[in-house]
Amino acid sequence: MENNLIMSSSPHIHTSSTITKIMLDVIIALLPATFVGVYFFGLRAALVVIVAVMSAVLSEWVFEKVTKRKNTVSDLSAVVTGLLLALNVSSLVPLWMVAVGSAFAIIIVKQMFGGLGKNFVNPALGARCFMLIAWTGAMTTFSAPLADTVTSATPLAIMKDGMDMALPSVWDCMVGNMSGTIGEVSAIALIIGFIYLLIRQVVSIKIPAMYIITFAVLTFLFGKNPMNAEYLVYQLLTGGLLLGAFFMATDYTTTPTTNLGMLIFGIGCGVLTFLIRRFGGYPEGVSFSILLMNLVSPLLERYTVPKSFGNRGGVYHG
Amino acid sequence: MAATFKGGYHVDDHKSLTNAKPTQMLDGCDVHIFPLRQHIGAPLTPCVTVGDYVYVGQKLADSDQFVSAPVHSSVSGTVIDIKQHIHDSGTMIASVFVENDRKYEVYKGCVPHDYRNMSKENVLELIRDAGIVGMGGAGFPTHVKLQPNTKVTHVLINGAECEPYITSDHRYMLEEPEKIIYGLKVCMYVLGLSDGYIGVETNKQDGMESLKNSSEFNEHIHIVPLKKKYPQGAEKQLIKAITGRNVPAGKLPADAGCVVINATTAVMISELFKTGIPPVIKNVTVSGDAIKNPSNFKVRIGTPVKVLIDKAGGFVSEPQKIISGGPMMGITQYNIDYPVTKTTSSVLAMVKAPKTYDEDAPCIRCGRCVSHCPMHLMPYKIADCSKKGDVDTAKDYNALECIECGLCSYICPANKNLLQFIRMIKPDVMKKVRGEAQKNGK
Repeated sequence: MENNLIMSSSPHIHTSSTITKIMLDVIIALLPATFVGVYFFGLRAALVVIVAVMSAVLSEWVFEKVTKRKNTVSDLSAVVTGLLLALNVSSLVPLWMVAVGSAFAIIIVKQMFGGLGKNFVNPALGARCFMLIAWTGAMTTFSAPLADTVTSATPLAIMKDGMDMALPSVWDCMVGNMSGTIGEVSAIALIIGFIYLLIRQVVSIKIPAMYIITFAVLTFLFGKNPMNAEYLVYQLLTGGLLLGAFFMATDYTTTPTTNLGMLIFGIGCGVLTFLIRRFGGYPEGVSFSILLMNLVSPLLERYTVPKSFGNRGGVYHG
Repeated sequence: MAATFKGGYHVDDHKSLTNAKPTQMLDGCDVHIFPLRQHIGAPLTPCVTVGDYVYVGQKLADSDQFVSAPVHSSVSGTVIDIKQHIHDSGTMIASVFVENDRKYEVYKGCVPHDYRNMSKENVLELIRDAGIVGMGGAGFPTHVKLQPNTKVTHVLINGAECEPYITSDHRYMLEEPEKIIYGLKVCMYVLGLSDGYIGVETNKQDGMESLKNSSEFNEHIHIVPLKKKYPQGAEKQLIKAITGRNVPAGKLPADAGCVVINATTAVMISELFKTGIPPVIKNVTVSGDAIKNPSNFKVRIGTPVKVLIDKAGGFVSEPQKIISGGPMMGITQYNIDYPVTKTTSSVLAMVKAPKTYDEDAPCIRCGRCVSHCPMHLMPYKIADCSKKGDVDTAKDYNALECIECGLCSYICPANKNLLQFIRMIKPDVMKKVRGEAQKNGK
């Protein structure tokens, strides 16, 4: 019997958490927003989601096959990327563009830099910005809710350009009855998903909290309509701020792992989003803000190494 | 609110397997084996020879060095051999074999002492002579701890028992609480302190009650509830939780004005003064999913672990791992002939071999190792340095402060054995630091 005993170094037990389970939790957390998007934008939205996910998974599989790497489709990270990209585009985007976008996210942004855990920006966001620049028209044409074909301006665009159009009510913004990308419209669905992630301890609240607070304070004080609570509420509920703050700015790989790094990352996202929305050419600015902060996150991490237990001072002089 | 430190994580503790089971006293077995290394410090030379008759509590080996601790017989009988034998560190250690005559006659030199009528020097000498060491597993000689170079303000009894499965200290709290407190009082006397603290994790509420209800309890004994969290019982984390002080990097608890004594050690000190007998019997938890009846035993030191496993009903099915100590920091064993020593607190047998690691899986930078590290290090960074052989950067990331609690490896969702990589680079970092210190010295 004794010859079969395994010798190993400690520890001898292990958490049941795995990468796959974490990714599954993220998918579950994104489902409410996905369903709301499909409800308001119809089957077309469902098609976009399916094409994005399939293209992402297929790209990953093919790339790994061609480069003779270990197949990692089963870790579900490609599904998350595809789903996130779908939630970040309009339901009217031609399906081939969605497929190309997903492939770009997986092959160019993720795999070319070494695969899971090595990408330098969030793959879904990288692809979204690529699509936004490549096909600006298609990417900024949105469907009105519950009406498959009518195009409509997003609330942010209305506010930005001072268009003479009625804004949706705050309640509509909460449930998702407004035009926008598939996943960004329903604040309630996003909040439910985020609370699930917090309960499952998949993400920490630090980055989203700092992001939203920073953005809210700046917008309230220095926005286009300063000291206007209603304007602030619209700014917070629209333009993918919640989707970005909850699900994109909390991406493990492209954000700092240190406490202080996370706080600075969140503040940076808030400041950049405010600047882009207030002074930039785009009505929104969440994607670019997070992308830019992704780029500085290694630097943030490097300069925010936590003080070790033994270097925290507190030397006792008896 | 229970006291605690920043970081750490509550690991599923599996203590319900044994925490409600009263400790059973085991009979001695035919031959007891006493390894001559059950402590940290100078090696021992035997003071008995083959053929000698020894009594319970009689010294078998000693050293003339200060940092050392003698070994005593736990049975009466004849020394039949002195030879190399397997030890739970996995190596062969010179050991004294004593054939048990089952009379358990106590050595005549073992007489009770009242510490209050003794000088501090005599108390310390008695503790040294009894070979009392850190019974939680470290094995550092207690008399050395009790003579710190700096002024000490706190003496803490470590009753956290944060390692999963182990319940031996918990049973002491329930069954012999007065001994823990009496041992603490001896330490307070030696250190010249009026008050003493006992830290207990909140998963042992009944243990805390039992301590408070014991005859030795008074207003100078403070029972501090500690948050149920691993590694709450690590010395530096315990000090932080109870006193709020940080032990500086590379320093000892005494530098933070503290002395930490394990609960079992306190029981042994109490036994020494009340009965005169050095540590010869101790609580050992036998647990794990491969054990038929997980149990708490009172065992005479030197009993082969095989006997304990038999008394616990043997194996349910073939175990894949046998662990001496807890599952987080314990040492795997390749056979079960090794004897119970002063530092053995548990024997675990696991069927489903707890995790082999997967080095192919990518780090997804989830940051769990960083946010949970009780020493506030960045384990994944140090592991990276270790893979690259980058000693300088590992040093900058304070690799030497790692207490090897294993939490980073436990919590990693990518299933990477971060601790092993940190362990691999630590000696190189140490060499580097020493080299630099020498250079600066010149």
